[in-house]
Amino acid sequence: MSGEQKQAPADATDTTPKPIETGADAVVRALENAGVEHLFGVQGGAIMPVYDALYHSEMHHITMAHEQGASHAADAYGIVSGEPGICLATSGPGATNLVTGLADSNMDSDPVVALTGQVPTDFVGSDAFQETDTVGVTGPVTKANFFADDSRTVGRDVGTAFALAEHGRQGPTLVDLPKDVTNGPAEEDPGEPRTPTTYNPPETAAPDAVAEAAVALAAADKPLILAGGGVIKAEACEELRSFAIEHEIPVVTTMPGIGSFPEDHELSLEMAGMHGTGYANMAITMTDCMLAIGTRFDDRLTGGIETFAPDAEIIHVDIDPAEVSKNIEADYPLIGDAKAVLTQLQTAMDRSPSADEWREQCQQWKAEYPMDYAAPEDEPIKPQYVVEAYDLATDDDTIVTTGVGQHQMWACQYWSYTEPRTWVSSHGLGTMGYGLPAAIGAKVAAPDQDVVCFDGDGSFLMTCQELSVAVRENLDITVVVLNNAAIGMVRQWQDAFFGERHMASEYPWVPEFDKLAEAFGAAGFRVDTYDELGDAVEESLAYDGPSVVDVHIDPEENVYPMVPSGGDNGLFALAEDQL
Amino acid sequence: MSRNQNVKRDGLEGPEPEERQRPVGRRNAQGIRVDPEVEAEPQSRRTIISAYVENEPGVLARVSGLFHRRQFNIESLTVGPTQNDGYSRITLVIEEPDPGIEQAKKQLNRLLPVIHVRELDSNPVACELVILKVDGDEPDKVQAITEMYDGEALDAGPRTITVQITGDESKIDDAIDAFEQFGIREIARTGQAALARGEEETAVVDERHT
Repeated sequence: MSGEQKQAPADATDTTPKPIETGADAVVRALENAGVEHLFGVQGGAIMPVYDALYHSEMHHITMAHEQGASHAADAYGIVSGEPGICLATSGPGATNLVTGLADSNMDSDPVVALTGQVPTDFVGSDAFQETDTVGVTGPVTKANFFADDSRTVGRDVGTAFALAEHGRQGPTLVDLPKDVTNGPAEEDPGEPRTPTTYNPPETAAPDAVAEAAVALAAADKPLILAGGGVIKAEACEELRSFAIEHEIPVVTTMPGIGSFPEDHELSLEMAGMHGTGYANMAITMTDCMLAIGTRFDDRLTGGIETFAPDAEIIHVDIDPAEVSKNIEADYPLIGDAKAVLTQLQTAMDRSPSADEWREQCQQWKAEYPMDYAAPEDEPIKPQYVVEAYDLATDDDTIVTTGVGQHQMWACQYWSYTEPRTWVSSHGLGTMGYGLPAAIGAKVAAPDQDVVCFDGDGSFLMTCQELSVAVRENLDITVVVLNNAAIGMVRQWQDAFFGERHMASEYPWVPEFDKLAEAFGAAGFRVDTYDELGDAVEESLAYDGPSVVDVHIDPEENVYPMVPSGGDNGLFALAEDQL
Repeated sequence: MSRNQNVKRDGLEGPEPEERQRPVGRRNAQGIRVDPEVEAEPQSRRTIISAYVENEPGVLARVSGLFHRRQFNIESLTVGPTQNDGYSRITLVIEEPDPGIEQAKKQLNRLLPVIHVRELDSNPVACELVILKVDGDEPDKVQAITEMYDGEALDAGPRTITVQITGDESKIDDAIDAFEQFGIREIARTGQAALARGEEETAVVDERHT
């Protein structure tokens, strides 16, 4: 928008790279050397030298409304592009506002680099204005973090952080940048990003172990593949698909693994776990040999450990040795990159498992437990119908982002994902408010793909200020608020486990989100009936810019199937009376 | 009044939980498949973990934070420089069941400054130092006990005597018991430092990290 344009001095059109004079210049050059094109951040005192150095860069900086938004946008950018997303914040509150997003990225192993300003080195430890021990605070929620202590090496620190975020098991990294370091002298080009010599992630798995695993899998009567987010991170979806299809092995996914295998394929049993499909949870409970790839066996997937795939030998492929036998013991640990190990396994398999009966059984479960919901003929609107309506109206490569809660689960269950990197959500940390800033990051990463954010009214209210960014950047995203005037998932648990005492879960009043959208400069729609929904889907997708569709859904609707926390996946409830 | 009483949930259907196929096996709390008939709690054991690390600021905080965060039961932790400039050795005594010991090693290995981790499981050379301050009423007896434990008096005055004893963990425990009779005022223990015995290397590191 016109008000945002730089008041450029005469030399601003000069495109020759600015020579490196300061630590901040080296930071910017390190990002350019890494191929970074987009940055998400918020200005502030201690990071100002870096922003000043960015003034001359071709990289596109997107000013977010809040640093948490910057961290989620960077996270989604990382998920969609596969390259680390970059977020910037100043010291103190700027840095602490990033923490939720970094923790989110850390749980989901998403590649992110955070750059934070810091008070000058001489002031560190004096409780100076906007001072926080950022390295201390973010240590437990980053893959690695660094306190830059020298202007001459700070560029390399940033390159190292980038390389670490990207290679091996991906994750968030952070470089804390004291103002005297970014202002201090530097001359040398920091060069390409490089991981430190102490970091040596495995590539291929031990051949003997692969051979043994292949024998076990080929001998299985009830083989099953569990595809986790690591399959997508390793760009191993093609290998997974050809392996599963050639050997006719049914596939379930974790939530981050959604998109690794096409959900419309007959071998797909879709997502397993707490709100997974009935057929996925039957298969994961009854399998006798599970090939688990790039998953950390999160408790939302496993339910109670004691009853998780209790008849199965586990072949666990993971790049991080610490994930193997952490929660579920691996009978065949295959430590390596998912793409490389799947290729090894493919070579090692001299026959396919004989599993006709098992495949028939899986198809029978699909017939017995169809994903379905009771849709009345008129209002109130069922949320699942809304998800399906947008799925039908958009292309296969449309990217879905979500907040966290019931709407997120409906978006998992009732959208058919066929492509990797089209499902962008907060899995491990469960961060309400993730959806809108994630939609911004996703759209920046993939400007040619449609982006639909399913949000809840509770999640949307946590980060809706980022609409200002979507408008300013004219990002064509569609935010669909499945509005039940409640923190619906909490209310669902209160109904099931807390004697229907709805403490602090229902909103007696929520803003009119369509009008809120208009106040931000976005298009706003309100939907109360099925008749209105059809038009709103069409118009919101057609609108060239951000739009918000406030859909007033049936507030009675809850998410099923459901495995209660710590429960037995095979005993999933189809309704509350089965819990 | 239940908000759900009047809602018909005829959308999802299928056999109810009690009508479904069931698996026969079971896992224990560590995720290991077990015979449900003979399930036993895994036994904790005490062991020494040695880590060779880059001596950078905050490395000790990262290690101790990790052990706290992941609820590993840590008995002692020592750290000190090695013969190689810029590198330190951390010796940890932990008490965990086998899966916990494996996890502790793997999680330590994930830390960037950590170059090598191993369990010192075959009769390592391990030693600890304790400084004991006891009442000074019976200096001759204190001296005698100190000599029995090959210790040394560090400070002696009319009211207190301070001695040091070195040795393995059980010797230190025994010595402390023996000094109880004099009235122990204060104790400072270092925790165990340890190396692998004989030719065996405590940390296998290449020339980039020496």
